[in-house]
Amino acid sequence: MSAHTSDVLIVGGGLMGTSTAFFLRRRGMSVTLLERGLVGQQASGTNFGNVRRQARYLLQLPLANRSLGIWQRLPELIGEDLEFLPSGHIRVAYTQDQAGVLEQYARDARDYGLELELIGGAALRARYPFLGPEVRAASLSPHDGHANPRLAAPAFGRAAIRAGAHIAENTEVLEVARDGTAFRASCADGRVYRAPVALIASGAWGDRMSAAFGEPVPLTARGPQMAVTEPVPYRIGPTVGVASQLLQETIYFRQIKRGNIIFGGCGRGPAYPDLRRAYVLPEHTLTQFDQLKRLAPAVARLNIIRVWSGIEGYMDDNLPVMGASRAVSGLYYAFGFSGHGFQLGPGVGDVMAELIATGNTSTPIAPFDIGRFAAASKELPARATTGTQSPAGSAAVPCQQR
Amino acid sequence: MVGPRIVVVGTGPAGVRCAEQLVAAGIRPVVIDEGGRDGGQIYRRQPPNFRRGYADLYGSEAAKADALHRAFDALRDRIDYHPGTLAWNVTEGELHLMRDGAAWRAPYDALIVCAGATDRLMPVKGWQHAGTYSLGAAQVALKSQACSVGRRVVFLGSGPLLYLVAAQYLKAGAAIGAVLDTARLSDRVAALPRLLARPGVLRNGLSYIAALRRAGVPLLSGVTPVEITGDAARGVDGIVVRDGAGRERRFDCDAVAMGYHLRPETQLADLARCAFRFDAEARQWFPEVSLEGRSSVKGVYLAGDGARILGADGAENAGRLAALSALADLGLPVDRARVAALLREQGVMERFRRGLVRAFPWPAGQAADLADDAIVCRCECITAGELRRTVREMGAAEANRAKAFSRVGMGRCQGRYCGQAGAEVVAHAAAVPLEQVGRLRGQAPVKPLAIATREETQ
Ligand SMILES: Cc1cc2nc3c(=O)[nH]c(=O)nc-3n(C[C@H](O)[C@H](O)[C@H](O)COP(=O)(O)OP(=O)(O)OC[C@H]3O[C@@H](n4cnc5c(N)ncnc54)[C@H](O)[C@@H]3O)c2cc1C
Repeated sequence: MSAHTSDVLIVGGGLMGTSTAFFLRRRGMSVTLLERGLVGQQASGTNFGNVRRQARYLLQLPLANRSLGIWQRLPELIGEDLEFLPSGHIRVAYTQDQAGVLEQYARDARDYGLELELIGGAALRARYPFLGPEVRAASLSPHDGHANPRLAAPAFGRAAIRAGAHIAENTEVLEVARDGTAFRASCADGRVYRAPVALIASGAWGDRMSAAFGEPVPLTARGPQMAVTEPVPYRIGPTVGVASQLLQETIYFRQIKRGNIIFGGCGRGPAYPDLRRAYVLPEHTLTQFDQLKRLAPAVARLNIIRVWSGIEGYMDDNLPVMGASRAVSGLYYAFGFSGHGFQLGPGVGDVMAELIATGNTSTPIAPFDIGRFAAASKELPARATTGTQSPAGSAAVPCQQR
Repeated sequence: MVGPRIVVVGTGPAGVRCAEQLVAAGIRPVVIDEGGRDGGQIYRRQPPNFRRGYADLYGSEAAKADALHRAFDALRDRIDYHPGTLAWNVTEGELHLMRDGAAWRAPYDALIVCAGATDRLMPVKGWQHAGTYSLGAAQVALKSQACSVGRRVVFLGSGPLLYLVAAQYLKAGAAIGAVLDTARLSDRVAALPRLLARPGVLRNGLSYIAALRRAGVPLLSGVTPVEITGDAARGVDGIVVRDGAGRERRFDCDAVAMGYHLRPETQLADLARCAFRFDAEARQWFPEVSLEGRSSVKGVYLAGDGARILGADGAENAGRLAALSALADLGLPVDRARVAALLREQGVMERFRRGLVRAFPWPAGQAADLADDAIVCRCECITAGELRRTVREMGAAEANRAKAFSRVGMGRCQGRYCGQAGAEVVAHAAAVPLEQVGRLRGQAPVKPLAIATREETQ
């Protein structure tokens, strides 16, 4: 095969694209990945780094569980640990209502293999003395944790290359089209790549390509906003997030081993996909300050040294688009992860590689099928209706909680 | 009167002359400065109860300092002056400010950034030991606290500030171990034609060198720094360099003041989304700015060392020019002849600037030769070897990517002090031109910002 032909062509070098490339190589398929900039520069490199399963849409838990299994085996799989720290994740509630939501979710999640521990009262203060007085209850997911997003996609990319994948950075795909039995990706620099299978893993830019194949989706690009403090002695342990119906209350933070505390939440700024930039809104930073004072008064004595944002694609129902195209055979999608794709990334790569190589997945992903956006009048049935839980149901707040 | 809202950041020579020009046009500008008093770095005013005379503090520049301070005092009730105020972010049409734990915003029609410069630093093995200062910091200690950074200070680096600060220390009675210049005498000779653009300034510079020589201070040119010796407990105890003839020499000291000329403070320009250009001669990125002070962003003007290192006199002119440009762009009348005269003078300053770049070249080669165990980023304690590893093993040949992988530039100073040297290390390790490595993108806040900061309701 020529350098420009392979079994699979992947558009987009985020965590989804690079991990799929890696797992495809392990299944023996040749793969070319095309990335417009550098691997892992967009959402996958700028995110908060939460490796969290709790508070996910219940039908996503099998995928999240599979992904966690990969996170736990990372050094052995790709030769690097990505600073994954399985220090637990706690969600806290300020109100009785929210405490009830945590309890209900813990009951429901058990059926999906996620065991949560509910903590309240004196035990809560003793275990997490840094929490503010307004916190009434917490739900602990002990095996979750956090990792370094700046390292993740590039490390998967390097591992994929070592395993034989071809990754072309600084290569912008202008168009992917069906050309007889193969797909043809035409790039800005004039190069053309071909493969019988194509995967659109282009993050917040994925909707344009799916639309070109006759499958438009309701995607909005937004920029969640982060900040990091100066380093202080390592004390905190788990990742901490607030469960709330009010977006401005949803602060979350984590401390890395080096000592810096990273936080985000409370709102998202506008993103500019054409400029490939999401700018920070200073007012959001100040709102985060106020909420951090409530959640962890001790953390609020620090200074921040940097703020940033990144471009993420959000679907109307806050669930990703993942699976085979309904319109074009050989075409696959994995984009629009709606603010919660970092934890899923390695699992998505594994599942997409399985789907492409075998035509099936051992982990259910039907709720993420692109067909759910097909107009009701169309003959294609929407497969997203297989579950009983509505994505917008009270237990799932995937968009607000990283 | 409701005129256009013009915000000036900085009260050094550029900011003060800028504000003065605006006031003369009937505007009441908002003037912000992070420092407690006006004067900027060069004409830094001492704290209110200090009483050293102008001649002591500013030497040959006493008259200029006095003139600038008087000019500012005369403006005080015709401007909205906010000292001790950090401009920590910029969005379109609004500057975001912080003072005493309170945040507020200043909306603007024109923003004129006169944010000055800081030392340009090249790491040397051992520069993390307590007792290593930048030349600027050594000068601040002297000017605003009337104290020396050590009992015996060695000055290392290159650039006009090297001799100026050493001479100021000498005059203040400090013991000086040596003045070690990495530039060769031949560099200065080659630069002479351009330096003659401003004979008075050149004469001043030579007089500092003469005074140091008369006092018996060892003055070496063409040195290659080897190591600042000492340990974590006691700090600096000496410095080792190779002299021009290649011999190793050691000088005892308990403090080192170092710097390689200056680098502009460009964070606000960057946050305002101004374009930058690479200056091959100076081997650094400057914001794109016309001699009139216009940046690439409508309504944003840059003046003084924060845009282009022209020195104090050049900064005063640049401040006036930026004010006149802003006034003209807002449709107010300006004196064209005055603009033309200022521009002519700036031409001379620009020629002299290029002379300085030639006379005191940035020693890029030192970054290439830096030992693997030498620290590049002092905030994060990252060595040259670790940075090179991210280039060679992780493929980081671009500045922001090298930062993401290695953490060089990720600490409190956000790369303001290690960014340029780090880029040199990356360029050499990746065998690509420095320009291709790019520059670290500026990110707010401009300086560390307390989470305790609360929004002021106006
Ligand atoms: C600030 C922020 C915080 C977040 N926090 C968390 C968190 O804590 N936990 C969590 O689980 N998730 C989090 N997320 C979400 C998570 O980061 C994303 O869901 C995930 O990284 C998406 O990966 P991706 O590969 O789909 O997209 P991306 O990483 O955006 O990758 C898409 C890639 O495609 C490339 N591309 C696009 N178009 C083209 C083209 N035409 N040609 C070539 N290349 C192209 C882009 O350049 C990009 O590199 C956060 C997101 C953001 C932005």
